[in-house]
Amino acid sequence: MSKFLNILLPALGGAAIVLGVAFGMASRNYQSQEVDAVLSKAEAAEQRTKEKALEVAELTGRLDDLEGSLTDLKRSMANTGGTSVNVTQASLPKADYGLGRVALPQEIAAWDINIHPDGAGLPKGRGDALTGEEVFAEKCASCHGDFAEGVDNWPVLAGGFDTLTDKDPVKTVGSYWPYLSTVWDYVHRSMPFGGAQTLSHDEVYAIVAYILYSNDLVEEEFELTSENFLDVEMYNANGFIIDDRETTEYINWRIEPCMENCKASVEITMRASVLDVTPEEEESAAAKNTATDADLESVKVAAAVLEQQNALIVDGERVFKKCKACHQVGENAKNKSGPHLNNLMGRSLGAVDGFKYSRAFAEASQEGRVWTIDELAAFLKKPKAYIKGTKMSFAGLKNANDIDAIIAYLASYSEQSDD
Amino acid sequence: MSKWQKSPSRRQFLSGSAAAVAGSMSAGAAAAQTPDPLITQVQDWASYAGDGVDEVRYGLPIRFEDDVVRRNVPWLTADPISSINFTPIHALDGTITPQGCAFERHHSGAIELRKQDYRLMVNGLVDRPIILTYADLERLPRVNHVYFCECAANTGMEWAGAQLNGAQFTHGMIHNMEYTGVPLRLVLQQAGLAAAEDLSNKWVFVEGADASSNGRSIPMEKALDDVIVAFKANGEALRKEHGYPVRLVVPGWEGNLWVKWLRRIEVTDRSVESREETSKYTDVLANGMARKWTWVMDAKSVITAPSPQSPISHGPGPLVVTGLAWSGHGRITRVDVSKDGGVSWETARLGTQGQTKALTRFYLDTHWSGEPMMLQARAIDETGYVQPTKTQLREVRGENSVYHNNCIQTWYVNEQGIAENVEVS
Repeated sequence: MSKFLNILLPALGGAAIVLGVAFGMASRNYQSQEVDAVLSKAEAAEQRTKEKALEVAELTGRLDDLEGSLTDLKRSMANTGGTSVNVTQASLPKADYGLGRVALPQEIAAWDINIHPDGAGLPKGRGDALTGEEVFAEKCASCHGDFAEGVDNWPVLAGGFDTLTDKDPVKTVGSYWPYLSTVWDYVHRSMPFGGAQTLSHDEVYAIVAYILYSNDLVEEEFELTSENFLDVEMYNANGFIIDDRETTEYINWRIEPCMENCKASVEITMRASVLDVTPEEEESAAAKNTATDADLESVKVAAAVLEQQNALIVDGERVFKKCKACHQVGENAKNKSGPHLNNLMGRSLGAVDGFKYSRAFAEASQEGRVWTIDELAAFLKKPKAYIKGTKMSFAGLKNANDIDAIIAYLASYSEQSDD
Repeated sequence: MSKWQKSPSRRQFLSGSAAAVAGSMSAGAAAAQTPDPLITQVQDWASYAGDGVDEVRYGLPIRFEDDVVRRNVPWLTADPISSINFTPIHALDGTITPQGCAFERHHSGAIELRKQDYRLMVNGLVDRPIILTYADLERLPRVNHVYFCECAANTGMEWAGAQLNGAQFTHGMIHNMEYTGVPLRLVLQQAGLAAAEDLSNKWVFVEGADASSNGRSIPMEKALDDVIVAFKANGEALRKEHGYPVRLVVPGWEGNLWVKWLRRIEVTDRSVESREETSKYTDVLANGMARKWTWVMDAKSVITAPSPQSPISHGPGPLVVTGLAWSGHGRITRVDVSKDGGVSWETARLGTQGQTKALTRFYLDTHWSGEPMMLQARAIDETGYVQPTKTQLREVRGENSVYHNNCIQTWYVNEQGIAENVEVS
């Protein structure tokens, strides 16, 4: 019997793969949208409601069947080298050690915030593209650009349509992302960079609406809501297939390889050195190897003294981690989404060349205001209250010691220490 | 003229002169002309006392090894906070990667999370949603396993052609550690899986505590198989940059699934389709369609020495060619090495027998004639899968991909023993 099965099973597997790939191209999300469309038609034509409901039930049943076979298929693909586990409830060894306490509903609500392609988990709310444009300009544009075109190496969010067959595809929300839920979820959970989970639900809706608008997927007056969320059609919704390496690669590459005379000749067709993009190897102490023990000793002593004297600065460096996503300080510090902070003490507010300040900072600059210890302390405590209209999304430092420490730290990168 | 010739580094300079010296000597055991003062004179270290114990409470490598460090490629990413660096595999031997030079990949920087502040939530389709503390994890039965962790983007810059001169840069998004932790199955069972009913079509969604809250969906079958909720690596606590105090270990599967600072595991009935499993870590084929759920890292190998950062530092004669091989499908059973760009191959010696989903060290103990070589290695795993050439990969996938480039790598080694990253016909 087992022999018979061995012959039969691969053939069955092949059929399942064809079915599975075809189904993979029409994702569950897409199918449920169709179901929704069917449903709304049914509502419009009341006399046909019952008929349609039946159809929907049928479709859902078929969907479930297909999903089942898809899952089987996925397992057979992921299954490798006879190490598969037969996952059933019965096969699980008993392992209840009774550890852990029950999670409270408030705790689950605080952490379980991801949403699904079918909209499960999506909070109620709304936001339009025009509002989104303003929020985006304030909170996202410093990295992603005013038009979602991406600054420097930061991700491009718009455009790139019909580039997926190019050598360097431009994979944007418009050209590549298959699900709108992913956009909402990511903006909500992980953005803005350096200030994750500070956006209100409506701000997230507005930003997502603007990103759709910047991809010409919706009109300017479009408002995204929890109600119309599933109606938005993503351009590349059908652009994905499930890992098919088993059939396209593995079966061809699991063969005994050639050992002798495997090709007639070999030519070098490309050299990395021509491109010259490898980082230079820095000169290391091992390379120099010139430091004497006396040098080392004096460095050690100096470092110890510095550490004692500047415990506050050291502490400030720790606090500065909260600022690092947007600000650089020290050698080669550049403007990022916030201006560089070298020589901050005694510097005019809004004075760094080449940084696009908020209007509030431009005005403060014209008034001739200068960064002092007091000015910085007040700003860092509550940035938005002290300079109304600042683009800086940071909420402020609650701890007075942290404020002292960070000022000491920044002063250590200033020629004028203001004391 | 190549970049290396324009500005020879210390290593090239040393290797060049060493080769010249060696070359001027007769073959076989060289005869010394004058006594070696390192032997005939009493050296400082043979006369004076060295450091006492406790000089360094936690030791770093001796200062002569301070070039064996992680390096990044600044132009790859917009910002080091969301970026990657590379393990100096060209300078390591054996298989275990020391934590201090194991590559880092952060999406929102490496965070500081104390054990006391650590909470792990298990929720979703479970009998009772629970919170585990770090202390709770330490009370569950533990396992030890060595596994490699490879970023799906390792070698990704080489799709279009040879780009980076160094095994560290072409293949250094990998490390191999011995993990201690609790099987994910046991963690899930503390919450109870009866509510999930049929386990064959369920998933777990795993999520990190950092600002990126990296989240990935893993099929339940894998979750119950060999996934570990790990808190130690190479015998000591995980490093901050590798997810201290707790990370997920997903053997053989792409590094992005190895969620660091693991804070939540949700049992679901479908994939979440998060950002990292749709817009990233998917593979665009030549026709514009993209593969998703490409979790397994296929068999791969690379020669770590000689390589561009580790040139041959001696003349013709005995030469050890060495490298690493690994497969997400299981054990490495064989590695072949070619010195002529793939015309002929000889089977290398495995340092130790391959372990499943872990790095395997290989050696080819050979004789170098002093002629240029085109060095290649190809790995074969227990499923019989043979590491493909770049041409084979491109025939199936085109050149639009970023991830899962496991092609055979070629180093061109010239008469001076200097190695260069090249692509061959």
